[in-house]
Amino acid sequence: MPEIVPETYIAEQNLPYDFCPGCSHGQILGALNKSLLQQQLDPSEVVIVTDIGCVGLSDKYFVTHAFHGLHGRSITYASGIKMQNPNLKVVVLIGDGGCGIGGHHLLNAARTNTDVTVLVFNNFNFGMTGGQHSVTTPLNSITATTALGSSDAPMDIAGTAQVNGGGFVARATAFDKDLPDVITKAMKHDGFALLDIWELCTAYYVARNDFGRKEMLGYMDSMQMKSGILQETKRPGFQTRYKALKQQSKNQDKLKSLLLETKYASTLDKPISIVLAGAAGQKVVSAGNLLATAATLSGLWASIRADFPITIQTGFSVAEIIISPEPVLYSGIIKPDIAALIAAEGKTKITRLTKEMDQADTIYFAAGLGEVDSGAKKIPLLFPEGIVKSIKKNISILTAAMLVQELDIFPFKALREAVRKIQKTKVAEINLEILANFEENK
Amino acid sequence: MRREMLDGAAAITRGALDAGCDFYAGYPITPASGILSHMLRELPKVGGVGLQCEDEISSIGHCIGAAAAGATVFTATSGPGLSLYSENIGLAIMMEIPLVIAVSQRLGPATGAATAVAQGDIQFMRWCTSGGYPVIVLSPTNIPESYHLTKRAFQLAKRFRSPVFLATDKETVMTTESIAESAVSTKAKNAPDWPAIPAEPVGNPLVPFQIDGTIHHYTGSSHNKAGHITKDPEIIAEFNAKLADKIVSRTAEISLIKADLQKGAKTLILSYGISARSMEAAVKQLRSADKKVSALTIYSLWPIPEKQILNCLKGIRRIIIPEMNHGQYRREIERLVTPDIELLGVNRVDTILITPEEIVEAFYA
Ligand SMILES: Cc1ncc(C[n+]2csc(CCOP(=O)(O)OP(=O)(O)O)c2C)c(N)n1
Ligand code: SF4
Ligand SMILES: [Mg+2]
Repeated sequence: MPEIVPETYIAEQNLPYDFCPGCSHGQILGALNKSLLQQQLDPSEVVIVTDIGCVGLSDKYFVTHAFHGLHGRSITYASGIKMQNPNLKVVVLIGDGGCGIGGHHLLNAARTNTDVTVLVFNNFNFGMTGGQHSVTTPLNSITATTALGSSDAPMDIAGTAQVNGGGFVARATAFDKDLPDVITKAMKHDGFALLDIWELCTAYYVARNDFGRKEMLGYMDSMQMKSGILQETKRPGFQTRYKALKQQSKNQDKLKSLLLETKYASTLDKPISIVLAGAAGQKVVSAGNLLATAATLSGLWASIRADFPITIQTGFSVAEIIISPEPVLYSGIIKPDIAALIAAEGKTKITRLTKEMDQADTIYFAAGLGEVDSGAKKIPLLFPEGIVKSIKKNISILTAAMLVQELDIFPFKALREAVRKIQKTKVAEINLEILANFEENK
Repeated sequence: MRREMLDGAAAITRGALDAGCDFYAGYPITPASGILSHMLRELPKVGGVGLQCEDEISSIGHCIGAAAAGATVFTATSGPGLSLYSENIGLAIMMEIPLVIAVSQRLGPATGAATAVAQGDIQFMRWCTSGGYPVIVLSPTNIPESYHLTKRAFQLAKRFRSPVFLATDKETVMTTESIAESAVSTKAKNAPDWPAIPAEPVGNPLVPFQIDGTIHHYTGSSHNKAGHITKDPEIIAEFNAKLADKIVSRTAEISLIKADLQKGAKTLILSYGISARSMEAAVKQLRSADKKVSALTIYSLWPIPEKQILNCLKGIRRIIIPEMNHGQYRREIERLVTPDIELLGVNRVDTILITPEEIVEAFYA
């Protein structure tokens, strides 16, 4: 029990309510006050998050914390508040309008079961902006924007929360005697709780349609919608689950640097750019990473950019590597010094680059790739049979090995060290064996 | 000598964590997804919260809510996501919520050349929400600066109780490079010697929702000191003036540039972000050909460091401005300088980084 429990949670100095005479909004606020009294909460334990609309005027009527955000987004702020401080009780006051524009947040909050309580002030139209139709406007109703009567199927807000996994879902009216009790149950529920509270906008919806308390109940019946608690599940709220994740992650390794000691020497005196152009699945980028890492282990500076289609398991895979005695400033490659064409997809992808190359540059190309349209020196990529089980499968690492040997800018050992440094043990073992075979056969 | 291999996403993540960030919410988008994955993996380990939300509106909404409850918040996106952040950036300005937003720019408009490098959103960051109120935008040119400017963005956000952007790009975030040991760590020996940002907030500090008997109201409506909606023109005028003035009047404190001036140079090259690296390479080429040329890197894009820029113009007859858009920063420089100074843009919006050679060519033009 908190030390100070107020006699009322209503900020009486700000009364009377700004709502129109007969508007049900005040009635629901009264029920919320009763519920807070039932729960005997410290006012600073409660955050009332209001949406936009007439309902959005409600934040100033409570002695609790309050957050008044933007139209339809109240559930997202509430969920953020609760994530940061799960000890707070977070209640959202939102209109049917807010549930329309923020419908995506509503149904996802139900799915994630984020532990906030949503009270929907459902008066079947936009009060604040002049009685336009909302997502819950009943068929054939007259509103400011449906002169012929609404023809859109009304959205079932409670039903939406229900089918999307909301932990606690109820339908009610502003006039229900037990509304405070249901609000209390909802607030005590661990997980997403939504009350779809039907009510009257006397200024617009009631004035334009033959609609009062009795008609509202009749409409509920005619829609075969029930009032009361519709769903109550035991699935823990998102915050409870996240707490478990925190607990579980506590002892895991934090993000740390992989330090590369300069172990080898290099004779490189100007930058060299290398493009490996292959296909998905050929591990082109990991070969590029090995080259860049080996260079770094040799006191050089490197940059590597990977390029592949969004559909990552198909099409080209290109690695652009720059190795330089100085830190790399321009990481783009317009005219590569070296290009290794490992697969047709890569060859096609870098046509723009290979066309720029001249005799000072070298293109290595795998068997079966056909003519290469370039002024560069062209050398076939050939590896002795039997060096590995499948040359095709391991062509990227073999190409990297060949380049290290041919370019001779750092020792072969650096490449092996790069494998040990950055690759997972299993992959490293395989690649180290390939590199050993390569060296033996050279 | 020790080095490490890192991309900008990892550097930004470390910067955020070292700055005390304990809440991240985002939605996947290349080229910012690397930051999302790193943050979601790292935050629970340090007792923080990392979330993927249903869209960008919800992501920034979660951040703002969490900040009101005391979190140090961060989110990252690219152009399409920044479009969806727009309304809530206005809310953060109005509620005076400290919020760091990394924008990894890609070539638009719309889906554009997904996913290629660009710098087309620097005006968008400045004017990204209704009302036209100032925000702070920092832009790193490389991986170590990505780390240090991310940290600085958190300091500025806290001090000014305002959204602060890190304007970066696909190339800086997704290219892996070797960098000097601990260039991106709290122990950085080679940390830039930028003036420190005072820790105390300008104006009232943000008091988060907590269970301590004190009550706080935050609202996106024009409000009085109690956080209650008001229609009183005087209160509104005073509050709105403060929102603009707290940043504008402290432009000097926020301003951050790197001036590499050469005596006798008549040409100044001015750039920022990834294009500043091409500028640096071009300056090297020009100087090794015995040409006199000055260079200016702008780290604090907004508010514009006007005084610092004007201080670099002694003897300058011409300013070359390389940027990967149609001249978005050039128009700012245009209104700053006297009409006798010639302005020349080097612009590319074709997925290819501006080459040093293009800048050299512009110099000789
Ligand atoms: C993004 C945005 N679009 C439109 C508006 C204008 N607007 C203010 S209130 C409102 C409708 C509110 O209706 P509802 O949520 O049902 O609340 P009620 O007024 O009925 O209580 C609208 C559309 C706004 N504030 N923000
Ligand atoms: S317009 Fe409708 S919802 Fe708004 S206060 Fe009046 S009756 Fe209530
Ligand atoms: Mg309504």
